[in-house]
Amino acid sequence: MASSAPCVLIVDDEPPIRRLLRNTLAVQEYRIVEAATGQEALDAARREKPDLVILDLGLPDLDGMEIIRALRARSQVPIVVLSSRGDEKGKVAALDLGADDYVTKPFGVDELMARIRAALRHRLQEQGSRPLFQSADLTVDLVHRRVSVGGREVRLSPKEYDILQQFVIHAGKVLTHRHLLKEVWGGVDSGDVQALRVFIRQLRQKLEADPQRPQHILTEPGVGYRLQFSA
Amino acid sequence: MVELDSASRGLRPSPEALLAAAAREARGKLKIFLGAAPGVGKTYEMLQSARRRKAEGVDVVVGVVETHGRKETEALLEGLEVIPRRQIAYEGRVLTEMDIDAVLARRPALVLVDELAHTNAPGSRHPKRYLDVEELLASGVDVYATVNIQHVESLNDVVAQITRVRVRETVPDRIVDAAEVEVIDLTPDDLIQRLREGKVYIADQAERALKHYFSPGNLTALRELALRRAAERVDEQMVSYMQEHAIAGPWPAGERLLVCISEQPGATQLVRYGKRVADRLHGPWTALYVETPRHQRLGEAERDRVAEVLRLAEKLGADTLTIPGQRIADDLLAYARENNATQIIIGKSTRARWFEMLHGSVVHDLLRKAGNISVHVIGAAGEAALATPVKTSAGMESIDPIAYAISTAFVAAALGVALLISQFVDLDNISLVFLAAVLASAVRYGAGPSVFAALLSVLCYNFFFIPPLYTFTIADPANVVALFFFMIVALLTSSLTARTRTQALIAKKQARTTGELYSFSKKLAGIAKLDDLLWATAHQIASMLKVEVVLLTPDDGTIAVRAGFPPEDQLDDADLAAAKWCWDHNQPAGRGADTLPGAKRLFLPLRTGRGAVGVLGINRKAPGPLFTPDERRLLDALSDQAAVAIERTLLAEDIDEARILAETERLRSSLLTSVSHDLRTPLASIIGTITSLRSFGKLYDDRTRDEMLATAQDEGERLNRFVANLLDMTRLDSGAIELRREMIDLGDLVGSALQRSGKILIRHRVSVDLAPDLPMFPLDFLLMEQVLVNLLDNAAKYAPAGSAIGVAGRGEGAEVVIEVRDEGPGIPPSDLDRIFDKFYRVHGGDRQRAGTGLGLAICRGFVAAHGGTIAAANRSDRHGAVFTIRIPIDEAGARPDGE
Repeated sequence: MASSAPCVLIVDDEPPIRRLLRNTLAVQEYRIVEAATGQEALDAARREKPDLVILDLGLPDLDGMEIIRALRARSQVPIVVLSSRGDEKGKVAALDLGADDYVTKPFGVDELMARIRAALRHRLQEQGSRPLFQSADLTVDLVHRRVSVGGREVRLSPKEYDILQQFVIHAGKVLTHRHLLKEVWGGVDSGDVQALRVFIRQLRQKLEADPQRPQHILTEPGVGYRLQFSA
Repeated sequence: MVELDSASRGLRPSPEALLAAAAREARGKLKIFLGAAPGVGKTYEMLQSARRRKAEGVDVVVGVVETHGRKETEALLEGLEVIPRRQIAYEGRVLTEMDIDAVLARRPALVLVDELAHTNAPGSRHPKRYLDVEELLASGVDVYATVNIQHVESLNDVVAQITRVRVRETVPDRIVDAAEVEVIDLTPDDLIQRLREGKVYIADQAERALKHYFSPGNLTALRELALRRAAERVDEQMVSYMQEHAIAGPWPAGERLLVCISEQPGATQLVRYGKRVADRLHGPWTALYVETPRHQRLGEAERDRVAEVLRLAEKLGADTLTIPGQRIADDLLAYARENNATQIIIGKSTRARWFEMLHGSVVHDLLRKAGNISVHVIGAAGEAALATPVKTSAGMESIDPIAYAISTAFVAAALGVALLISQFVDLDNISLVFLAAVLASAVRYGAGPSVFAALLSVLCYNFFFIPPLYTFTIADPANVVALFFFMIVALLTSSLTARTRTQALIAKKQARTTGELYSFSKKLAGIAKLDDLLWATAHQIASMLKVEVVLLTPDDGTIAVRAGFPPEDQLDDADLAAAKWCWDHNQPAGRGADTLPGAKRLFLPLRTGRGAVGVLGINRKAPGPLFTPDERRLLDALSDQAAVAIERTLLAEDIDEARILAETERLRSSLLTSVSHDLRTPLASIIGTITSLRSFGKLYDDRTRDEMLATAQDEGERLNRFVANLLDMTRLDSGAIELRREMIDLGDLVGSALQRSGKILIRHRVSVDLAPDLPMFPLDFLLMEQVLVNLLDNAAKYAPAGSAIGVAGRGEGAEVVIEVRDEGPGIPPSDLDRIFDKFYRVHGGDRQRAGTGLGLAICRGFVAAHGGTIAAANRSDRHGAVFTIRIPIDEAGARPDGE
């Protein structure tokens, strides 16, 4: 394998899931490393220095949160968590600990690939972010702080723009309420989720063709929001 | 008692005999070493037998053995396991008793228990050692025990007559009757020799004993008693053996004995005598008390004595019975004839001759009318002479001064009237006016005041009307006679009227009791809930008998207080132990009973024909006996009624439980049907698609392959939804739903739900109608989103493709209202209430819709978790269904508690 191919570490104790991920990712030209337990995962991460980790939270030996913490202690490797429906608290906790995104089992492969791409793109962007963002009819010019929908310029308040900017920087990635409050309202997480919702509603009024059925800013129930990104 | 006539019917073993034999199998066996007097060597013999048994390999332990310091006896104890005795502190001393719990825990095959008649220290479980032994036997342990002949209940007074020493500690005959008896025989000379040698008592005690108790005459008589008793026992054993083995024998004629007891002090002797006669005749016997109206006037002491005598008779193996009656002799004979009694035993009257002349003599009547029934008349001795004469309570009734004052006023009024009449008419029979006053007094106040009024009338009549007037002297002898007869008539009138009054009062009291019992039973019949029933029972017993009542019912293998009046939740340990014992053994325990008499309350089992249903605990603040026999009977009547009612509710509860179980069963089977159908259908399609593609993938064109895969994907997603529903339902059922309210935007909520339902709704037009400028509402986003998804899913399932599905939201007062409308066929009105039930699906129409029957039930559960309601209706504007969710938004709920 060429060293340019991104290396993905798959951590799951279920062989069928590993096999599915391995086959799917292999045809997408990813290099695959597998681990069935938390300990194996940490060893592999140290040895292989993967570009991305897909981590199942329910491993037999180590708690998923422990693994995220251990991984984060050493590197900024993007982590996409596999979790189950109904475990919103676990998702938020994983994201707060530094996981980048999650996919809910059972998942479609399209969804997983989108998450992986978003997570990898974000890492690349940190090294040199692109000034112009474009997704469907939405265009955001980060240099000139200009936003347009379908070529028509939209005027945003400064807070609305700050929020949108966070979405654009993390395009395709889920952002927790806590993350948005911290980045937009500054540091503390004592900010008001309700106020955030009001701003989201206003943003949708301005950006969405049908605010009742948003296409750009999607709600992740119980977790946060996500800016839909389709290049 | 041995039932004789049943066996004489044929050669088959009588069922009674077989049953008794079976009962004896399960119980432990008792062997009694019976001695005529202390010192004959009972304990020695028992220990020797025990050693032999031990040598045979039987597990023998010593429960309690008194060696009295005798060397040979102590030597025999060597090598036998002795259960340590229990120490009981009593009035500064430490007493030791057999530790029955330790013995029961040890569970040997055979226990040695010395001195069967021993009285246990206060605070022991049973007041008597023989009761300990009974419990051991009941638990299946064999017992060897010793007892002296003077302690056998029915021989108690015979021994007292012989030796002039009355022993207080007695063993009921039924214990001896049920045991194998071995007489430890020693000739009087040998025994006296042993005494002299100091083998029984130490020297000077022995001297004293020899002079009194151990005189050769006494010893000979006692020895004869012991041997005779044992012989009777052997006789009985032979009879029962012959019955069990269906050996036809020369059965004695079926004698049946009736002992008529009275409240007189000699009655206990009468009962013991009856027992001995019955034993000799091998016949059953009954102790009978005829309750005449006079019984009501008896003092508490006499009533207690009657109850005690009846209990003694029961202890001695008699059937006991109280029958109401007017004339003792007639009622007695009527009962005797009805029940084929062949002999009647009755006590000689101790009443004065004048009393018998006035009231008639029961014994004389009985002898005259008995016909072919033999009558034994037994003289009262010793004990009776000491007893206080019978006094009726009427004589001790407290003197009511007002009654006497008003009686005086009656006489004064009569005097006034008489004086007035005599002004106008010269009436010879003016005394009749006074008679009216006496009568009035008798009717109102009974015997005392009316006799007083009679005497007063005599004096007034004499003073005012008999010449010489205004003196108490009487000139004319004819007037003396007149006055004398007036007095007789006045007294007779007063006595007759007073008695009528007393009987009327008794009748009224009984009528009231009957009335209360009747209304109680009616009340019980109307109560369906066990707790109400128990409370009503406690209240009724408490108020009718003026006692404190607790009721206990079984609860998790033990029993617990369920009701009380006055309300009581807790019992102290002693009471709880007594209640538990009562429940376990189905016998009375606690205050005044044989078992655990140290408890504060008396506990009685509430019994029905099918067994005990609970325990009744009774306490009365006043010390002394808890009940008079009348009260005891009333209590029995009340508790019988209560027991039947309790059983009825328990049975009803059982039926309810069975119904709930059946309902659960129905749900479970629906679940299984649903699960197997709804899991298998998508799996069948997925597995089918995959196997088909693997085998013939190359044969399909791209379009077909794509279509098959899309189907598999859809089915997979359907399966996923179904599993999610099952999980949600499980969470709801187990109460694991945790509400996380946060301020949410209804638009956000609806949008998210539509996004998740995108695939399901692909064939429908969806319109969203949210009121502008809606405020945020405190709702759980995830739960409400699931509710909407389920409603949309439901709408998509029933409404035809291409039709419109509408979602609307608005605030209405303090409620948030969300509606989901469709343009489907609507819901049959009869199903409107039921569609939210688990596994309920609307039938009819063209076909059964695919679905779990869980979606709407989950909706209802999640909405209810918010304190809201969900309702289904048919649209009024066009056909189609509309589901309306209403969730109250109050100030308290308006604060988000998440994040």
